[in-house]
Amino acid sequence: MGRLCTLLGPLSVSHGAASPSPILFRELYLPPMHPLLSSPQGSLWKIFHLSHKVTSVVPESALLIVLGLVLGGIVWAADHIASFTLTPTVFFFYLLPPIVLDAGYFMPNRLFFGNLGTILLYAVIGTIWNAATTGLSLYGVFLSGLMGELQIGLLDFLLFGSLIAAVDPVAVLAVFEEVHVNEVLFIIVFGESLLNDAVTVVLYNVFESFVTLGSDNVTGVDCVKGIVSFFVVSLGGTLVGIVFAFLLSLVTRFTKHVRIIEPGFVFVISYLSYLTSEMLSLSAILAITFCGICCQKYVTANISEQSATTVRYTMKMLASGAETIIFMFLGISAVDPLIWTWNTAFVLLTLVFISVYRAIGVVLQTWILNRYRMVQLEIIDQVVMSYGGLRGAVAYALVVLLDQEKVKEKNLFVSTTIIVVFFTVIFQGLTIKPLVQWLKVKRSEQREPRLNEKLHGRAFDHILSAIEDISGQIGHNYLRDKWSNFDRKFLSKILMRRSAQKSRDRILNVFHELNLKDAISYVAEGERRGSLAFIRSPSTDNMVNVDFSTPRPSVVEASVSYLLRENVSAVCLDMQSLQQRRRSIRDTEDMVTHHTLQQYLYKPRQEYKYLYSRHGLAANEDEKQDKEIFHRTMRKRLESFKSAKLGVNQNKKAAKLYRRERAQKRRNSSIPNGKLPTESLAHSFPLGDKDLELSDPEEAPNYDAEETNGGIEFLANVTKDTASDSPTGIDNPVFSPDEDPTPSILARAPPWLCPGEAVVPSQRARVQIPHSPGHLRRLAPFRLSSSSADSVPPPAGPEEPPQPGPRDSTHM
Amino acid sequence: MRNVLGPSGIGTKASSSSAHLLSLSQRDLDSVHSSAMGSLSSHAAIIPDLDSIRRETGCECARLRWLEPGGWGRRRCNAARMDLQRIGALAVNPLGDRIIESFFPDGGQQVDFAGFARVLAHFRPVDDEDIGNRDPKQPEPLNSRTNKLRFAFQLYDLDRDGKISRREMLQVLRLMVGVQVTEEQLESIADRTVQEADEDGDGAVSFLEFTKSLEKMNIEQKMSIRILK
Repeated sequence: MGRLCTLLGPLSVSHGAASPSPILFRELYLPPMHPLLSSPQGSLWKIFHLSHKVTSVVPESALLIVLGLVLGGIVWAADHIASFTLTPTVFFFYLLPPIVLDAGYFMPNRLFFGNLGTILLYAVIGTIWNAATTGLSLYGVFLSGLMGELQIGLLDFLLFGSLIAAVDPVAVLAVFEEVHVNEVLFIIVFGESLLNDAVTVVLYNVFESFVTLGSDNVTGVDCVKGIVSFFVVSLGGTLVGIVFAFLLSLVTRFTKHVRIIEPGFVFVISYLSYLTSEMLSLSAILAITFCGICCQKYVTANISEQSATTVRYTMKMLASGAETIIFMFLGISAVDPLIWTWNTAFVLLTLVFISVYRAIGVVLQTWILNRYRMVQLEIIDQVVMSYGGLRGAVAYALVVLLDQEKVKEKNLFVSTTIIVVFFTVIFQGLTIKPLVQWLKVKRSEQREPRLNEKLHGRAFDHILSAIEDISGQIGHNYLRDKWSNFDRKFLSKILMRRSAQKSRDRILNVFHELNLKDAISYVAEGERRGSLAFIRSPSTDNMVNVDFSTPRPSVVEASVSYLLRENVSAVCLDMQSLQQRRRSIRDTEDMVTHHTLQQYLYKPRQEYKYLYSRHGLAANEDEKQDKEIFHRTMRKRLESFKSAKLGVNQNKKAAKLYRRERAQKRRNSSIPNGKLPTESLAHSFPLGDKDLELSDPEEAPNYDAEETNGGIEFLANVTKDTASDSPTGIDNPVFSPDEDPTPSILARAPPWLCPGEAVVPSQRARVQIPHSPGHLRRLAPFRLSSSSADSVPPPAGPEEPPQPGPRDSTHM
Repeated sequence: MRNVLGPSGIGTKASSSSAHLLSLSQRDLDSVHSSAMGSLSSHAAIIPDLDSIRRETGCECARLRWLEPGGWGRRRCNAARMDLQRIGALAVNPLGDRIIESFFPDGGQQVDFAGFARVLAHFRPVDDEDIGNRDPKQPEPLNSRTNKLRFAFQLYDLDRDGKISRREMLQVLRLMVGVQVTEEQLESIADRTVQEADEDGDGAVSFLEFTKSLEKMNIEQKMSIRILK
């Protein structure tokens, strides 16, 4: 319903397209629009959204166009005037910027820059090729007389070709969002559609001025000017975007005391970049795209978490709304008999030419590119790329902008453009999904895969990602290293908050966030468990429903798990399957198992990263998962490391070295930069502290490292508890409901107070380790690298090898 | 110091010849392969290593991370466990540690380039031509379906007894399943998984059973990385 709200809002806007601030206007008019929501269109829209059968087959954009057509028909029937049309002003100034900003701000940077060369080639050469061939071919056919009499010249055809050539970002996003192609393919098509704007703008402007001049007056100088202006427009637009991104990052650095308006800056300044470059006749789309791309890192680091969330949601909301509006308006605008001029040959040939030349262009360029690309673009990719060349609202807005005085056949152009847009969005949008499915590997029958297949299949995915990472085949290039060095040394110092700079130490960062997440998860888990206990069968209820005040002996735990294993169906987490408990036990068990696996198996990297989604903010879930795994991995490594090193490092030399380092540390401690990280290190790296104290991993966890220190920190304790699991890596999941951290921390005695303890840590270890950040340095592998590369995803490997040398360049 | 491979070499500044060995560029490799080893015979002691690796594994060695600037091979011949563990993405891979282990089959701390390439070779895509042209007497290539499966199997089979026991299955499950799943559920899943694949009723999954349970799966595709060609 909310979406419809944004849908119908602008209906009131464009009516008064001259109104000074349509956005405000729309917001003001929203409440009165509410009664409309119960109108037939409202329910129609709801059906679209509810019926997955419809939306899984028909792309939303196509549905919206159809809906727009219906609405337009109603308006026409009532009024006999096309009251609402998509005017170029509204489109370019209010509808397009949010979409492009969203695309830029959430751009998967690494993927984008990794494929920048390819994208640029398609965007520049591809668009020029499309424009030239389409225009020239149409002109050729016109000369043959097939189109009949038209008041049209070569330049008009080229003008038309240039505006119809560009692949449209809005349409591409809307359709590809629902077709899940691999991310490289996606970024290429999507990036092309974003970056070809500069080419389109230049070609359009050049040819329009040529048409104005008249074909007789065009000189070679004008052509050279046109080529020069391409570079000015594209590079200028990019530069404007970068400058504003710099400004934006700088501004957000100083908004600590005005948190509430932080998100506003992001939108206002990015929009300013758009307006500025529009004012300077540069490529506005490029400006706002690069503004988003460049600022995202610094802005996210600077603004508070709430502001970041606000920015994310607002951006997605605006973009979704704008997209919806655009497609609706395309439909509505088409219902206007005044603009329709039919010329069968022209319309059909345009359709044929744009498809054919797009395909030829893609094949030619790919052939060139594949000689240089590591990841080859295969035939299937090329088919999808040619087929995904959707035209959209940009072309429409440009064609409406034409001057009837200069371009005599404007109406023919307009109606052809509308047909082309509708054809590509509706027909190709409809068919691209089956095409993608059909071209890809044939899908095996739609049976539920067996347990083994599911489990091992997921394991294979993980293995593949790991091998890819190890072989280092993707990405990693010299330039990125250079850039990240530059960024760390200069840019981040200027653009990031002090606190943000400090917390940029990867490991500390990850651990801090991990701890935070842990704490939150514990609370959530506890709450969840409280309610879960009611679901369980009465026989086990008493034991499982542990109240938080008493620690549970492990004996009981064993028996509980035993009991529960006996009647599995009772432990099901899923309400739905609970309701079906009356079914045969076997069925239910299978279902539960499948369901559980389906839901809780970690997703491998390929499935979730790097995908841009207009409607989703998928990252959170994945980050959580990443951290969870990271946490476990680190714990295991620490344990194995400990078991390997404990005997070795006990010699005096190491101790001496360590003491010296500590002294050094103390001397340096007045330097804020040296002090703060080490302090937080002591807290956020409790795994290290603790594990080194623990001589025997099986023994009760050692909780007083922090307590003797006087600084009990909840977060630290939480991590400690999880760290206390057995070292083999087979221990219970970190937040398993069967573990109860809070009471155990308080209740269990420190290991050296336990009488039956097997190995007592050395005196030195007891006293010093909790205090010393330095001991981490002694243990070479845990050397913290504050210089780890920026290109590394958050959980960069925290271990550094003992040997010296460049350490920051090997990741990824 | 003179460049080992003449003008096209890159690692001219390396201080030891062993560093040279692994800092070859693609052009170096090509030059090695195209020349009849005549003029380069003095370096034969160094080169055949790479050459035979290439023949055995089919890997384009020069593309591997090992040989990239700043890669491990830039500093020395062998990669240590820590080098692999430093790869950030592996820390968030639930099976990351086990995969690292598989590079060190005997529990060692170092792996040389040959071993490294051999492991990676499991993930080369299967070429149709390879299958057709292969000499049946030759051992199966590393990237065959069976070997791909065996690699995966070994990740499960920690104690190397040729069987995935229920315990081992449970361990992998614990690694791969989110924390929302309780221990009991995990155990029941592990039980069920083993039962499903277990045909001879010994409560464990042998490699044969493992292969059989996955016979419907397109392993050749699922366990291949296109770029490792």
